[in-house]
Amino acid sequence: MGFLHDLQTYAFLQKAFVTSIMVGIICGVIGSFIILRGMALMGDAISHAVLPGVAISYMLGINYFYGAVFTGILTAFGIGAITQNSRIKSDSSIGLVFSAFFALGIILITKAKSATDLTQILFGNVLAVRSSDMWLTLAIGSLVILVVIIFYKELLVSSFDETMAAAYGLKVRFIHYAIMFLLTLVTVASLQTVGVILVVSMLITPASTAYLLTNRLSIMVLLASFFGALSAIIGLYFSFEYNMPSGPVIALATTGLFLLAFLFSPKQGIVFRKIKAFNRKKLA
Amino acid sequence: MSDIISVKDVSVSYFGKQVLEDVSFEFKSGNLIGILGPNGAGKSTLMKAMLGLIPKDKGTIEINSKPLKVFRKKIAYVPQRSNIDWNFPITVKDTVVIGTYPLLGLFHRPRKEDKEWAMCCLEQVGMVDFADRQIGELSGGQQQRVFLARALAQKADYFFLDEPFVGIDVSSEDVIIGILKKLQSEGKIVFVVHHDLTKVKNYFDELVLINKQLIDAGPVQKVFQSENMTRAYERPVSMLSDLGVEM
Ligand SMILES: Nc1ncnc2c1ncn2[C@@H]1O[C@H](COP(=O)(O)OP(=O)(O)O)[C@@H](O)[C@H]1O
Ligand SMILES: [Mg+2]
Repeated sequence: MGFLHDLQTYAFLQKAFVTSIMVGIICGVIGSFIILRGMALMGDAISHAVLPGVAISYMLGINYFYGAVFTGILTAFGIGAITQNSRIKSDSSIGLVFSAFFALGIILITKAKSATDLTQILFGNVLAVRSSDMWLTLAIGSLVILVVIIFYKELLVSSFDETMAAAYGLKVRFIHYAIMFLLTLVTVASLQTVGVILVVSMLITPASTAYLLTNRLSIMVLLASFFGALSAIIGLYFSFEYNMPSGPVIALATTGLFLLAFLFSPKQGIVFRKIKAFNRKKLA
Repeated sequence: MSDIISVKDVSVSYFGKQVLEDVSFEFKSGNLIGILGPNGAGKSTLMKAMLGLIPKDKGTIEINSKPLKVFRKKIAYVPQRSNIDWNFPITVKDTVVIGTYPLLGLFHRPRKEDKEWAMCCLEQVGMVDFADRQIGELSGGQQQRVFLARALAQKADYFFLDEPFVGIDVSSEDVIIGILKKLQSEGKIVFVVHHDLTKVKNYFDELVLINKQLIDAGPVQKVFQSENMTRAYERPVSMLSDLGVEM
């Protein structure tokens, strides 16, 4: 296959390949916890809110990582502050905060850089991954995976039954912000591959697909990583072979996998449920 | 073991709206205590305040004159069923294993003996056959039994259950009340939030009756009588006599 040959030949394609896989894995891992905690919207919010940070980093001439993490965290705290200190519901405060950050980001980016850069940040361009981006992604990925392995027990109990976790003395507020921090890191790592707008599809869709297929959190996390990585590779392939923007292709790939699970999953799939219901009726 | 849990002058409000006002009472080890009151009376709020899960406006909650926080790992809490995500990807067995987490502490994973202990707790509530089911695939009573098993797995001294008898079958009810009475006889302190009046006399020896304020607290014979109940439930007395309320 041409793609495999090119993969062996071109260093830039190898970097893109490694980066995509890592992005797919960590999005699946963090995405699993995000959807179980009912924070899917939060993922969307953080990913949009890193934009002004990226812009400011360009202006200051520093790595976009620092600015992005800074505004990502600021957003998480802003949303938390509004939800806890007023009667505004959390989905409203999420929408309120992230649209403001996103708007600010667009204005700053158009001031700071050309329109092509904006497109790349918004929609991803996996083929433009540089060595430094790849190493950054690998570092973030290792950190995320390590934290999840070490604190798996605490993540499980605080996601499943936050009240019990708090009752036995876990700092659930701290855990919430720690997850927001990891989410911000993952988003930043995904910027090159999927872009700001579609990071949310990488976070939510592979995890949702996995959710339909298993009754165990550990397996859900593994499956979500696998689906994330697979989608990222599909995105890379189309991006390279057909010159398509990687973000949208990845998003569609995650959706395709989701639809397969939605229709054919043995436990939850609607096709099997219909067949079972039909057989039951026939017997009756 | 002879402990005293004392609640002194506890007031709680949500966004400026007061829902508990100067609630005080005291109970010793070896008691099974019903927290009774109509819907919205502040029963769950009282329980959460006792556990330190929500901030108080004022008041103290102490065990043997020490703040309750000190005893956190000796406390087991069974949440109201409506507060659990029943679609969460977790099996019955793993739910009970969570009960061993508080004593394990950070960085330690449940070992083989912890898992065996979890199965032993499942056995006590008669749910071993369901160990590998996803928790949503159980009936309401079975779910409640699993969460009781999780509380047992915590090896706690103080138990707090929020509405464990809502929407469950008779056999689950028997299992649960049997275990609560056993805990009581072992000298534990068990608080149970409850709002249905029909079985109060069968379940509890001691009561806390609240409706925003404390109406009365103490032995069932003293608390469960018509004047108190009418004040708490704002209902005509004639209906109450059918429920075994002292007239
Ligand atoms: N998180 C909350 N925010 C605002 N109001 C609340 C909250 N929880 C409970 N309340 C209000 O406090 C009162 C007592 O609630 P609760 O303790 O749940 O009552 P009960 O458990 O006795 O039915 C109710 O009026 C309820 O609407
Ligand atoms: Mg309640």
